[in-house]
Amino acid sequence: MNRRRLRRTSLYIPGTNPGMLANAEVYGADSVILDLEDGVPVSEKDAARILVRNALQHIPYRRAEVTVRVNALSTPFGRDDFREIIPLAPDAVRLPKCESADDVREADAMMTEIELENGIEPGTVGIIAITESARGGRNLSEIAAESPRLIALNYGAEDYTADIGAVRTKEGRELDDIRAKVIVAARIAGVQALDSVFGDVNDLDGLYAEALRVRLLGFDGKSVIHPRQIPVVHRAFTPSDQEVGFARRVMAAFREASSRGAGVIALDGRMIDAPVVARAEKILALAEAAGCLPGER
Amino acid sequence: MMSRSAGNRKTFSFTGEGKDIPSIGKKREKGKIVASLEEAFRLAEVRDGMTISFHHHLRDGDLVVNMALDVLAGMGIRDLVLAPSALFPVHESLLRHVRSGVIRSIEGSVNGPVGRAASEGLFSSPVILRSHGGRVRAMQAGELRVDVAVLAAPAADAMGNLSGISGPSACGSLGYAFSDAQYADRVIAVTDNLVHYPAVPFSIPQTLVDWVVPVESIGVPEKIVSGTLRVTRDPLRLIIAEQVAKVVEESGLFTGGFSMQAGAGGISLAASACIRERMKAAGIRGSFISGGITGQSVEMLEEGLFESLLDVQSFDLEAVASLASNRGHAEMSASFYANTASKGCVVDMLDVAVLGATQVDTDFNVNVNTESDGVLLHGIGGHMDTAAGAAVTVVVTPLFRGRMPMIVDRVLTVTTPGETVDVVVTERGVAVNPRRKDLLENLRGKGIPLMEIGDLKKMAEEFTGIPKTPSFGEKIIGIVEYRDGTVIDTIRQRI
Repeated sequence: MNRRRLRRTSLYIPGTNPGMLANAEVYGADSVILDLEDGVPVSEKDAARILVRNALQHIPYRRAEVTVRVNALSTPFGRDDFREIIPLAPDAVRLPKCESADDVREADAMMTEIELENGIEPGTVGIIAITESARGGRNLSEIAAESPRLIALNYGAEDYTADIGAVRTKEGRELDDIRAKVIVAARIAGVQALDSVFGDVNDLDGLYAEALRVRLLGFDGKSVIHPRQIPVVHRAFTPSDQEVGFARRVMAAFREASSRGAGVIALDGRMIDAPVVARAEKILALAEAAGCLPGER
Repeated sequence: MMSRSAGNRKTFSFTGEGKDIPSIGKKREKGKIVASLEEAFRLAEVRDGMTISFHHHLRDGDLVVNMALDVLAGMGIRDLVLAPSALFPVHESLLRHVRSGVIRSIEGSVNGPVGRAASEGLFSSPVILRSHGGRVRAMQAGELRVDVAVLAAPAADAMGNLSGISGPSACGSLGYAFSDAQYADRVIAVTDNLVHYPAVPFSIPQTLVDWVVPVESIGVPEKIVSGTLRVTRDPLRLIIAEQVAKVVEESGLFTGGFSMQAGAGGISLAASACIRERMKAAGIRGSFISGGITGQSVEMLEEGLFESLLDVQSFDLEAVASLASNRGHAEMSASFYANTASKGCVVDMLDVAVLGATQVDTDFNVNVNTESDGVLLHGIGGHMDTAAGAAVTVVVTPLFRGRMPMIVDRVLTVTTPGETVDVVVTERGVAVNPRRKDLLENLRGKGIPLMEIGDLKKMAEEFTGIPKTPSFGEKIIGIVEYRDGTVIDTIRQRI
């Protein structure tokens, strides 16, 4: 489980399609989501569970983080999903319909039990919590703090807006509130904040604008539903030359101050504190992932 | 006829216009039109055992091959050698003429059911598979002697000037038909669009055509040319296409005057689209696109990205319309295109060729003829010709299709020798032929996922396992002739 790994894009792959499961990571997403939940019709839940289990067993995923969106434990499918999937130790499960800390606690306990049964170090499999309701939105801080397995918060835009009675629009003002909640809760708990999908796969300009907006809000990444969205989101999550330049100077000042054992770091006459350093590290990581390595600039 | 000598030259005395040499050109009244194919075959003195050739510009919409064989069967002719440039699924009905002995063997490409029947052992002698260039070379060398060519003509006049650019069955270029017209002893044109004399602009001139047979219909238009061939949206293919474009961009050839050929297959078409974007971004103006021409090639011509199109077959309606109207869009014969025994062919001028494969092996040999189950299902097309000619030959394939790996230890059939293949591009990695150290140098450090081809093979097997090799019998059902006339491989019966 790597809390800080890059998760600019998380690509949904329906658990019912063997060809897509085999090629899940080819498209270059940082994380892939093998989906057992809403992408799978109720009549095919068991077939998808078997396919995803076999994919985890046999397909040599190498580059991407591999996660599985299981069904919520409150559904008839959740327990079976955990029983089949956790023994194969994917990087994380994505826990949908997270309403409260209880949901996380229940999942955590069950995961620990299955891990122990299978000789897996408890805590190996991470949790990415997905909030999809007003109640879940209200409880985000508790959800984020409940388990050391928790690596990121995510929300489901469609279900959430339906629950609060908002209308989905292209500009997405109806999501301002939940986005703010996710960011704040994630930062308090020290986990990542991941934005929801952009539904129109043909509107790549709209996707870029939204992805850029959420990066500037503080999100660490965004879910995608089609491979063609991946390079667009990655582009939006590529820092500008100015950002990279500033981050490099911050890090240089930080290293210089550390070597001197100085407690206070200053750059251009301004004080540089820990959050600024953390942000600079994040920007350099994004730049490196985008192929614009600081050294090559 | 009186003969005498004038100096050391033997001469003949004039006896009256057309008296001694019966002029087949003196046909002002009804030209060369004959009422039926049967009459034309009778005039051509078709006999048992002869070789009859066809072109495949009407592709799966062709009605002429089946029509001709039905007539020949009705005339009681047997033991024919069929020499089509290619057969398609529509020609499945020929199989009954094979079973009844009307057709003895085939020298030509077989796509689909006829190939499958060959793999099952239907023919007593092997199918001779030749490339587009190799077929002309064989005719030129007298190895493929055609007695009668039957040429479907979307437009023809009464004297036998033929064109593909107009009429209900318009197919654009007649590139593959030139050699048949030139080398066959007798040439019968079959048309559903008899036009006023002269049929200008014509592709095949009246000087080569013996008879013209008007019929109700020679083809099914929607199966002859497609509508606009759209670039695939399949993300996997797009990834391969994007890698191809990167390879081309860094190949060292991506400069002014750049030339290329890419087919109409999904990945090739997408690769062209990616290369097109990169040419625009880099401000590069190329010289020519050759081979099968698509609407996309036409757009690149009209955008000024290329100066000309050399068209041996036109794949879609845009290509047909452009051949009729664009000055920079030229029809070319298969010989001009790809014949190594000609005095110069286009493939030798190519910078980059992007080609498909049904299998590639760790020696870079490419199979395009047989599927992973060993069944003969495809012709060679211009594959081995362009691979041999182009400065950089790029073969594209997904790492696996379904549960079959596409990169293997040894291809089931060698169509194109590895020594003529430079780069293999898959969605997970790009392998450069170790013979091309120069190219490897150019591509290194450019963000291209370079791998050894053996590692690509291993990666494919991680997904698919190692499949069992299909089992073959002793009987040879196909001979793959290299473009120079040598035998590069044989195909055995599936059992």
